[in-house]
Amino acid sequence: MDFIIQNILNALQWGSFYALIALGYTLVYGVLLLINFAHGDIFMVGAYIAFFVATLLLGGDGLGLGLSPAVTFALCIPLTMVLTAGVGVTLERVAYRPLRRKGAHRLYVVITALMCGLVLEYSNLTVLGASRKKFPELLEKTIWHFGDISVTNLKVLVIVAAVAVFVFLNFIVTKTKIGMAMRGISYDKFAIPLMGIPIDTIIVFTFILGSSFAGLAGLLFAMSYPILEPFMGMIIGWKAFIAAVVGGIGDIRGAFVGGFLLGFIEIGVVSVFPSTYRDLFAFSILLMILWMKPTGLFGVAKTTKI
Amino acid sequence: MQKYTLNILLGFLCVGILLLCQYDIIDAYIQTVLMFVGINIIMSTSLNLVNGNMGEFSCGHAAFMCVGAYASSVVSVALFGTKLGGPLLPEAWAMFAFPLVILSGGVVAAFAGIIVALPSFKTRGDYLAIITIAVNYMIISAIENMSFIGGPRGFQGMKDTVWAMLDTVELPWMPFWVLFFTLFTIWIIRRFVSSTYGKGVNAICQDEVAAEIMSVNTNKMKLINFMLSSGLAGLAGGLFAHIIGYVNPQSFNILKSTEALVMVYLGGMGSLSGAVISAILFTALLEVLRSQAIIDFLLTPVTFFIPDWEPSAGVIKWVMIPLLLIMIMQFRPEGLMGNKELVDVFPRLRKFYKFK
Repeated sequence: MDFIIQNILNALQWGSFYALIALGYTLVYGVLLLINFAHGDIFMVGAYIAFFVATLLLGGDGLGLGLSPAVTFALCIPLTMVLTAGVGVTLERVAYRPLRRKGAHRLYVVITALMCGLVLEYSNLTVLGASRKKFPELLEKTIWHFGDISVTNLKVLVIVAAVAVFVFLNFIVTKTKIGMAMRGISYDKFAIPLMGIPIDTIIVFTFILGSSFAGLAGLLFAMSYPILEPFMGMIIGWKAFIAAVVGGIGDIRGAFVGGFLLGFIEIGVVSVFPSTYRDLFAFSILLMILWMKPTGLFGVAKTTKI
Repeated sequence: MQKYTLNILLGFLCVGILLLCQYDIIDAYIQTVLMFVGINIIMSTSLNLVNGNMGEFSCGHAAFMCVGAYASSVVSVALFGTKLGGPLLPEAWAMFAFPLVILSGGVVAAFAGIIVALPSFKTRGDYLAIITIAVNYMIISAIENMSFIGGPRGFQGMKDTVWAMLDTVELPWMPFWVLFFTLFTIWIIRRFVSSTYGKGVNAICQDEVAAEIMSVNTNKMKLINFMLSSGLAGLAGGLFAHIIGYVNPQSFNILKSTEALVMVYLGGMGSLSGAVISAILFTALLEVLRSQAIIDFLLTPVTFFIPDWEPSAGVIKWVMIPLLLIMIMQFRPEGLMGNKELVDVFPRLRKFYKFK
């Protein structure tokens, strides 16, 4: 029993990262119908930005400000989110918007996104080198024991952050005016400007939301698994995209549920089988789910008219 | 006669390349690059069949290359190698059995394509993208867990077959087979796409529901198209394995699929000649940027200001190529050829060109 509960907690933590990144995918997809394949690498950039912000604020040798870890952590969250959002918006401004203006086929925009991801990965490798970075410890580790189950404060923080982000995004998209505009763009991109809605502003806002939460995920990931490398975003990004699709892409609940589902499946497989079987089982199960529900768990089948 | 000029020229070009290889006028490096050009042409044209002609977004094409590479290597090693017990056939048979070895890889890959084709009956649009990515991960993960073909360490011993062919008759066998299968791929795709039956694929691309109403059996069409495409990718994989002499599941990961995607979209969706041209250009670009001297020359304005920074060519290549592609996409968002063929751009070629 303890074994199961411990694994459920691990799965919740692991699924939170998938959920946080999948939310970014699904936001951009929901508004633009664009699979933003660079999103996993924005997550990686977020982790690196968090690393640099944290070392700058903590400081030891010369450059640093010498703040205490707690203050650093409190400052690190907004700074990372803002800077990562800047990266996401730059990508949108430089690469996607001109293509959108020219009315390129949307698959070409997807290829551009893939290329942007490669540029981010490899320019990181050229500028910072292949050596891995060790993230400094910001939170003092507290472990609570309940019988044989141990819970760290970081684990609770990650899960709470994922749930909070989900609730926040759900509120924005369903209750506010800007969320209404976002849903409107995804419904009809051509009629929306006629209603006096600034379409570019809304799209930039979407990218800000998605990228800043990828940055948050990067910070939390770097705190949980404190080794940074340039390719950390690739695998987790692709898997988060898969999670978003299984939930029904474009649906915020779907991304959230899909992320946690993938986390549960992966941790479940690893706790029973040898860990090399993880991808095989996880993706087979996802394929089965899509086989039974072709539009994902929460997706609505679009009726095609001729 | 005039209509066959291009075909005759092509034949002379092939014979010329083979002669150059035979008398070692071009060295082994250029031969390898030429063979990789052939493999990339097979990959890009076969992916073009799904992504361009059928309009589905498939991004796990390397998975089928992986299946083909492994299947044909196992057959080849079992028949002529010593890794899985002694050779079953005498060495002299290698030159006759080799195309069958490669084709067996293609057939197995075609059956692996069913894993993608069956879910695609129900799912539309971007949901297929995820199925193909998932299949790519699944196949790599499955092969990593099969210990009898090496698992994550990879598999080797295919060179025995190549050497067996060379021992029997001293000819440039590998360039010959790569050329043969490249032309075979282009021919079969051209035949398929321009046939009345294959027009159904284009109909699915335009409008699936309308195609179904016009009595195109969309499920069967999709099944055949996916199987043909993945089978041809399997041929590319088998050739790749026999050129390198070593296969590893991680060399067919999502980056390899991305390369195939880039070649298709650089050439233009649905354009066969575009896919061929972009495969040639892209492979040449990859090889040119491999040289450290060219990279250093290109980066002189940067290294002038930051003298300590010495990037290695293998890494910075992957910054420059995507940047270049992003630029191309900005100025020519429909790819090099759009959805036109070469004869549509230069109508005069039609006089010299009969290729059905």
